[in-house]
Amino acid sequence: MKKSIFHPTMFCLLVGHFFSVQANEFEVRGNIELQGRFFYEDALYNSQHDNQISLAAVPEFYWSWNDGNDSFEFVPSARVDQHDSERTHVDIRELSWVHVGDDWETRVGIRRDFWGVTEFQHLVDIINQSDSVEDVDNEDKLGQPMINVSLVKEWGIVDFYILPYFRERTFAGAEGRPGIPLVNTDNPLYESSKEQEHIDWAVRWFHSIDDFDVALSWFDGTSRAPDLIPTISSQDSFQLSPYYKQISQLGIELQANLEDAMWKLEVIHNDNSDKDYWALQGGIEYSQYGILDSNADLGWIVEYAWDERGKESFSNFQNDLFLGTRLAINDVDSSELLFGFGYDLDFDSTSVLLEASRRFGENIKVAIDARFFESDEQQDPLYLFRRDDHIQLTAQYYY
Amino acid sequence: MNSLNKSFIFVLFASLIALPTFAEDTENKGLEIAKASKAKDAGWGDSQAELEMTLRNQHGQTSIRKMRLKSLEQENDGDKSLTVFDSPRDVKGTAFLSFSHPNANDDQWLYLPALKEVKRISSRNKSGSFMGSEFSFEDLTSFEVEKYDYNYLRDEIIDGELSWVIEQFPRDKNSGYKRRIVWIDQSEYRTRKVDFYDRKNSLLKTLSFSNYKKYAEKHWRAKKMEMINHQSGKSTLLTYSDFEINKGLNEKEFNKNALKRAR
Repeated sequence: MKKSIFHPTMFCLLVGHFFSVQANEFEVRGNIELQGRFFYEDALYNSQHDNQISLAAVPEFYWSWNDGNDSFEFVPSARVDQHDSERTHVDIRELSWVHVGDDWETRVGIRRDFWGVTEFQHLVDIINQSDSVEDVDNEDKLGQPMINVSLVKEWGIVDFYILPYFRERTFAGAEGRPGIPLVNTDNPLYESSKEQEHIDWAVRWFHSIDDFDVALSWFDGTSRAPDLIPTISSQDSFQLSPYYKQISQLGIELQANLEDAMWKLEVIHNDNSDKDYWALQGGIEYSQYGILDSNADLGWIVEYAWDERGKESFSNFQNDLFLGTRLAINDVDSSELLFGFGYDLDFDSTSVLLEASRRFGENIKVAIDARFFESDEQQDPLYLFRRDDHIQLTAQYYY
Repeated sequence: MNSLNKSFIFVLFASLIALPTFAEDTENKGLEIAKASKAKDAGWGDSQAELEMTLRNQHGQTSIRKMRLKSLEQENDGDKSLTVFDSPRDVKGTAFLSFSHPNANDDQWLYLPALKEVKRISSRNKSGSFMGSEFSFEDLTSFEVEKYDYNYLRDEIIDGELSWVIEQFPRDKNSGYKRRIVWIDQSEYRTRKVDFYDRKNSLLKTLSFSNYKKYAEKHWRAKKMEMINHQSGKSTLLTYSDFEINKGLNEKEFNKNALKRAR
């Protein structure tokens, strides 16, 4: 695995940087990242380590022609991890051609697209698979092959998607941390006999009316979130296998900028062969600008997550309360501090997140992330991460 | 008799005899000048420019931000604008779309390329700092007559140009200012200087315009705008280059899809 990835990684690391030129037609940019994770509790599994170093690169190549009405983008991504063979991986984030017409746009190729409004969980977002080995917050996404037609009308923007190939979720390997070494991604299970070749489709309408943003979406195809099913491995040991169901999902997004606050709501209805369910994530964000006669902005976020399946849910967020605060200093170095606290009302478990970042000079960004998990109930999905408290240091060089 | 003396005598006269009428007349005069200056500049259609923002702190250390700005004039509404950041490198590709409305809250969205996310910015975010600069969001939105109440103060010579000095009171309660005092020259209706007073009515910032250039034989644009914060000692210099007007930009470059493909 490591050998086969060496060349693409070197490509990502070097080529992007050396071709860093800017022109109307062709542009290269990107970043190189060095990251360390430090765990200070004994690992739950013998195979895991207390420290973990990794190196990653994401170059971006961009061409445009026809007065900018046609463009082509190529964004590979690669990471080499000291211990985790699953986290050592390459992906094509973008490899797509975009054509812009007067009130329509076509986007063909491998792409990423984001849906949603809430902060602590992205329920409605479904086009792309999570690249979970990148970070436990699931905000990193794998590139998804698609044909996407977007229509811009007076009554909103409508996107149609055909998604001809399915991407499996990535999971940390035996030596990866945070992670569940019991998960074996080698033999994923599918409800559809077409497995990864199942053709999914989706449509989304998005509109802004005065102080309101509204979106309605429908997705039909392979669930991005797998169930983890107990199976027996070829060596007769217990393991968890990802099982990908066929689903239809209705998504509703609402955002209202009322007086001093932003109200946010995401609702889904998931229709599947097992048990249909509703789930929601909603809350309020309130911001104060220029606090204490400075340039600093301070934001407060309260959100609640609910899932009809309750404690049986594979989701971490079935009856959870979240509190967050974000401080943007608005100084020359863009210093920012984010604190998040999640409390599970069913399992009494907590997770805490602290993120601090700033720029050094023009090209370097440094971030410190700390994450703490506390869970005492075996049934709680978070229980498997109870010893994975860690501090993560990331330095990124942008060119 | 020059107009300065005229108004002085008028002020004396008015304050002795008819105070309410006096207030109304200076309000009207302020409003009329604002309307005339907006009307005089109408018809620019669209514009684009490259911008360099030099942030200077109280110790004199500087840092540079680069961005591109496109604007589109609207017939019966506030203008639309799209700002794309080029530096610092870690925010490259971040884009800001703003629809200004004379009688309603502005619509503002930010595109974050790392997450491919279009994020709505609260319309309350008027006084917040733009990119760590001394410019707040409201300082950079298009001027719309309906956004202020007016009071003409006096005539005064600034930069060698006879100018009207007008008080503007933001109608939006989320504005970071109690009032602004604006100097507009009488020959070409160019804004020369703006003093910003914070909510406590103390002088907060001064914005000076220089290097005015005329485009399409009609539209004056300052190539340099310097904002000095009197309370913090920090300042920001905005320099425009490659300014172009009426290049035929259209609506399709100012919607949320355009925001997502901004580079």
